[in-house]
Amino acid sequence: MSGAPGTAMTRLEALEAIYPRLGDAAVVTIMGAVAAELQSLGHRPNFFYLQHAMGLASSLGLGLALAQPNRQVIVFDGDGSLLMNLGGLTTLARYRPANLLHVVFDNESLLSVGGFPTATSTGSDLAAMAAAAGVPRTATVRTREAFVAAVDAALAARTLTTLVAKVQAVGPSAFVTALSLLENRFQFQRYLTHAADVPVPR
Amino acid sequence: MSPVSAGHSALVYDALKACGIRVVSALPETWLVHLIRLAEDDPDMTLVRLAKEEEGVGISAGAHLAGVKSAMLMQNHGLLAAVNGIVSCAQLYRIPLLMLISHRGTFGERDPWQTEGGAVTEDLLKTLRIPYLLLDDPAHVGRRIRQAQTLAHSSNKPVALLLCRDLMWEEPS
Repeated sequence: MSGAPGTAMTRLEALEAIYPRLGDAAVVTIMGAVAAELQSLGHRPNFFYLQHAMGLASSLGLGLALAQPNRQVIVFDGDGSLLMNLGGLTTLARYRPANLLHVVFDNESLLSVGGFPTATSTGSDLAAMAAAAGVPRTATVRTREAFVAAVDAALAARTLTTLVAKVQAVGPSAFVTALSLLENRFQFQRYLTHAADVPVPR
Repeated sequence: MSPVSAGHSALVYDALKACGIRVVSALPETWLVHLIRLAEDDPDMTLVRLAKEEEGVGISAGAHLAGVKSAMLMQNHGLLAAVNGIVSCAQLYRIPLLMLISHRGTFGERDPWQTEGGAVTEDLLKTLRIPYLLLDDPAHVGRRIRQAQTLAHSSNKPVALLLCRDLMWEEPS
């Protein structure tokens, strides 16, 4: 089995375990397996799948969090994507929105393009990098139970958190889903802008 | 005293405010110093200081999806650094981006390191099919910024304004 050594958790199991906690949060995923797996659990209008632009899911989450400070924002990032925007960790930390939970599924590989190992497979530690960037709460978890507990703690803490979940390098057999990219984008925008008052950021 | 025009920077900033811009992302560059300070000192503006310009595409996309108008301030080399985000986030997902780009490296440029970027900026915008206008005259600033914002939102696409030397720089000739 490839993927993070010593982890018994798949990403799908992790997503399934916290799916009931997503509520009315604005949820942003990276492309490929994460998007397909969350959709397989049931698409909702408050889920947005950034099906390209690797690295920018966390930046998009920051924009959401600053624009709607009273809404929880949850980003499902990945090791390959975050490695493309490590500088963005310093921007997250600089503005440290209390309503942003940044989850990084770390399978130590670029699974959807053939499973080539990323730098986390040779020791690069994304939670340590987030902490060093100034993210106030960070953790790395390897089991479903620890993941659920860490998500609950982060949501309760109301403090910017980067949570690295080490997962097995397994995913769905296909990544294209029936949901059109633009349908998803406009539905998500309507949900966020009509569902509640939109406070103007400071 | 910096030869960057404080007065023309204020014209640009006031035009952004008049368009309802409430979030500005920026990476510092000489011509943008006054604009960034104006955003920083404005309690009604959220200034997001970036590590790299491509992040600004994500931040503007998030702000737009959440109902808040934003603008990006960058050098033309920042445009070069943001191209993948512009194509695979803003264009793919039809996100309006209002991009104000300092047009370094053109006629009058003394810094040798800026000159390659200056030579490709307009061609790059054309290749990306991003509509753009030059801001080189204070008389045009307010109207062109308003027109750019209108087009960005009616087309749901990126639109660029090039901040030119004649507007931003007050060096005695």
